[in-house]
Amino acid sequence: MYSRAYKTAVAAPPLAWVAVFLLAPYAFLFCYSFWTVSQQVIVHHWNLANYRQLLDNAMYPTVLLRSMRIAGSVTLLSLLLSFPLAYYLSFRSRRKELLYQLVIIPLWVSYLVRAYAWKTILGSDGVLNTLLQYVGVIEHPAEFLLYSPFAVVLTLTHIYTPFTFLPIYASMEHIPRNLVEAAQDLGAAPMRTFWTVIFPLSLPGALAGATFAFVLSLGDFLAPLLIGGPSGIMISNVVVSLFGAAYNWPLGAAISASLLLLVLALLFLVERIEKKLSFS
Amino acid sequence: MISPAQTATDSGTAEKTGGVEPLLSIRSIAKRFGSTAVLHDVSLQVAQGELLTVLGESGSGKTTLLRLIAGFEQADGGEIFMEGERLDPLPPYRRRVNTVFQHYALFPHLSVFENVAYGLRVRKVARTEIPQRVEKALALVKMSEYTRRAPSQLSGGQQQRIALARALVNQPKLLLLDEPLSALDANLRRQMQLELKSLQREVGISFVFVTHDQEEAMALSDRIALLRSGELEQVATPREIYSRPATAYTARFIGQTNLMRGRITNGVADCGTLKWRCSGPDGPATFSLRPESIRLCDAGSSGKADFVRFRAVIRSQTFGGATDLLETACPDGGVVLVRIASRGNIQRDCEFEFCADDAILVRG
Amino acid sequence: MNTTSSAHRRSRWLLIQTMAVFAFLYLPILVLIVYSFNGESVGGFPPRGWTLRWYRILMDDDALWSAVGNSLLVALAAMLLALAFGLPAALALDRASFPGKAVFRRLVLLPLILPGIITGLSLLMLFVTAGMKLSLLTIALGHGTALISVATTEIFAGLQKMDRAQEEASLDLGATNWQTFWRITIPNLRLAIIGAGLLIFTLSMDEIAVSFFLIGRDNTLPLEIWSRLRRGITPEINAVSTIIFLFSLVMILVWYRVRTRRGEELAELVPLKP
Repeated sequence: MYSRAYKTAVAAPPLAWVAVFLLAPYAFLFCYSFWTVSQQVIVHHWNLANYRQLLDNAMYPTVLLRSMRIAGSVTLLSLLLSFPLAYYLSFRSRRKELLYQLVIIPLWVSYLVRAYAWKTILGSDGVLNTLLQYVGVIEHPAEFLLYSPFAVVLTLTHIYTPFTFLPIYASMEHIPRNLVEAAQDLGAAPMRTFWTVIFPLSLPGALAGATFAFVLSLGDFLAPLLIGGPSGIMISNVVVSLFGAAYNWPLGAAISASLLLLVLALLFLVERIEKKLSFS
Repeated sequence: MISPAQTATDSGTAEKTGGVEPLLSIRSIAKRFGSTAVLHDVSLQVAQGELLTVLGESGSGKTTLLRLIAGFEQADGGEIFMEGERLDPLPPYRRRVNTVFQHYALFPHLSVFENVAYGLRVRKVARTEIPQRVEKALALVKMSEYTRRAPSQLSGGQQQRIALARALVNQPKLLLLDEPLSALDANLRRQMQLELKSLQREVGISFVFVTHDQEEAMALSDRIALLRSGELEQVATPREIYSRPATAYTARFIGQTNLMRGRITNGVADCGTLKWRCSGPDGPATFSLRPESIRLCDAGSSGKADFVRFRAVIRSQTFGGATDLLETACPDGGVVLVRIASRGNIQRDCEFEFCADDAILVRG
Repeated sequence: MNTTSSAHRRSRWLLIQTMAVFAFLYLPILVLIVYSFNGESVGGFPPRGWTLRWYRILMDDDALWSAVGNSLLVALAAMLLALAFGLPAALALDRASFPGKAVFRRLVLLPLILPGIITGLSLLMLFVTAGMKLSLLTIALGHGTALISVATTEIFAGLQKMDRAQEEASLDLGATNWQTFWRITIPNLRLAIIGAGLLIFTLSMDEIAVSFFLIGRDNTLPLEIWSRLRRGITPEINAVSTIIFLFSLVMILVWYRVRTRRGEELAELVPLKP
């Protein structure tokens, strides 16, 4: 029904934009990763040295593994918090609209603001430590709270829980209510109904939410800088320092390119699983 | 396998309800949503092995009644007993009642086999026993070859059968069916009606069947409970409810009828130009006269004692296959519908007659 | 009865869990707001005295206000950019077929799921190679590029809800493609476009990871706050955060007026379906 001219007119501008501002930059990222730095100048000398260094220097795999561990913990915690919340809102609450909006609001509160809030809470002079001292639970401030992987996990969980919640809630809302009634009708008590009907049917949503939480926390460098301390350094922090003071763009690009490939592989995998999980 | 001819015959069950304790007994149940009363003082009994249809227009409360029995809704008043024990305080998953849902509600993430096995698994039936019971249930609905399929790969009629098997495999005391055929096309629907009825005879489980389709109700039921705006209008066998409707609403809802309003004075009914002897009490009265109870008078036949004769002008003649429907106008302007065996066009002006006993005195 | 009471216990347990999650989500924000009125600059418990001092300091903070101006400028530019390209992208995905469409779709949506650092870095390399000076313009280009994904998904969702027969009726009645676009398509997409615009504006105002790499001489608000944060905790930041929080709240209220269900779209978005 739409003319060829119409189709060209709508497709051409975004295609051009995507080619210049998305495709080309990614290509540059890969190009840089095969170059080197010599005497503070980037040399266009094609080689695999950067990637070799990533494998040889134990620091990089260690930091990557730590990042994945942190991202994995964030994902798991977000799921653990989101599932009961989504279930309660979708199936048990009489004021689901209001509560839904209450979950959304923190999502729109600035990332920085929330990370900062945790910093004021967890610090050694922070609200939590002084509160615990005030009440008399501890005598000296607990130093491990701030500047630790724990702080990073806590903060990122706070940030990504609403992200994880949204798709889970959406897929629960899409479950026909008569399926739940059918399960009860066939003798399943509420818990059994949850595990045999609601849970499997909300898995696609959970997968989407988990992907968001995992990928975005995997690449985060702000929370670690702000509250992670030396033990909370993540892979993107290494990249940031390579692009800053350390001035080794090619090595930084190699790490970013690897990260990009990792994420793409993950998205590919998720898409395959998602297809298996959806039944409509 | 029971032939359609046999299943179509009536087996009166009015006597089944008498004497023996009924399977299900609904006593003065009431339900309101917000400020609207959906059910008002409904009492109904379902006998062992009976197929009872709850018939009503949309909004009459029939689905709510079903959901109350299944346990998806809580009544605001009244009680439900099953075999003498209170049913209504139990959650749905503790009732020996199963439901076939309007849109089947098959679990999309489970295979046909697992759908049917679901009730057995959650009720912790022995693992070894499950396959054979599932096979048996699937054989009952002629779906044995589809065990491994996903529900999304089945047609509407097939999903319907799986939904039936999934409910029946649990050997419920009572099966509830919520407009189970409404999503099927006309031919499949008629076929499924016959199959449902023979299936019910075969398994011997009581069915409560909800529908808005009066023809379906007539074809299937042992008894029909007609709901109107949350109140029971009449409960009777299809034959009785058709031939002796208690109210004008019933007469109009089930089949076509002529409703004639008039008076009874000293044992004589008086509806405009028509008069006949009648045993009702004096006062205003409404009569229901089925179109097929009226016939054309033969040219020379002299009027018999109990027959009422009238002249009318034929306004239209609609061909309906085996029968024709005539829309006629009496001299006083009243429109009377007449159903006769099909034949060629009839002259404009005719004389008709009906037996006075066929004009049923109805309430309202 | 036994089963009913255990079911009751379970549902109370669920309620407690729900309230705990809400507490987790809101307590930090609450603490933040409370301490923006704290009389002392150290954030210990209990808060000591109430003051508006931090807000007053904020009012006189020129650097902060110029950062706010910069951010508004960037957000406006990013919004226009993302809409200008997101709208045709959504139309193309909905109704055109061309080689590489599946790849195009994934590419457009990619920045939404990709960590900001990758988008930021790769754009940095593009700008450096092209010899562009880093400035607010490069940030706006970066935000625009990243947020085309949001515009595309929101408008695409709007297109999916739209009744195609309306456009057919318009063409049938003699309107040209162009007339149909302005008289039928755009009015139908009005809500989706406004919603997407608000969303992009808010996201851009808050964006930091991409900006981090594309920043020139002028700071955006989040980067200004960031540079101060690294120096330590001051209640002034609490005050600024409280104001940003209120600003977000206002945006949400406007957003709800426009009424879009974001959850469903997020679920449709990831994983990037073909």
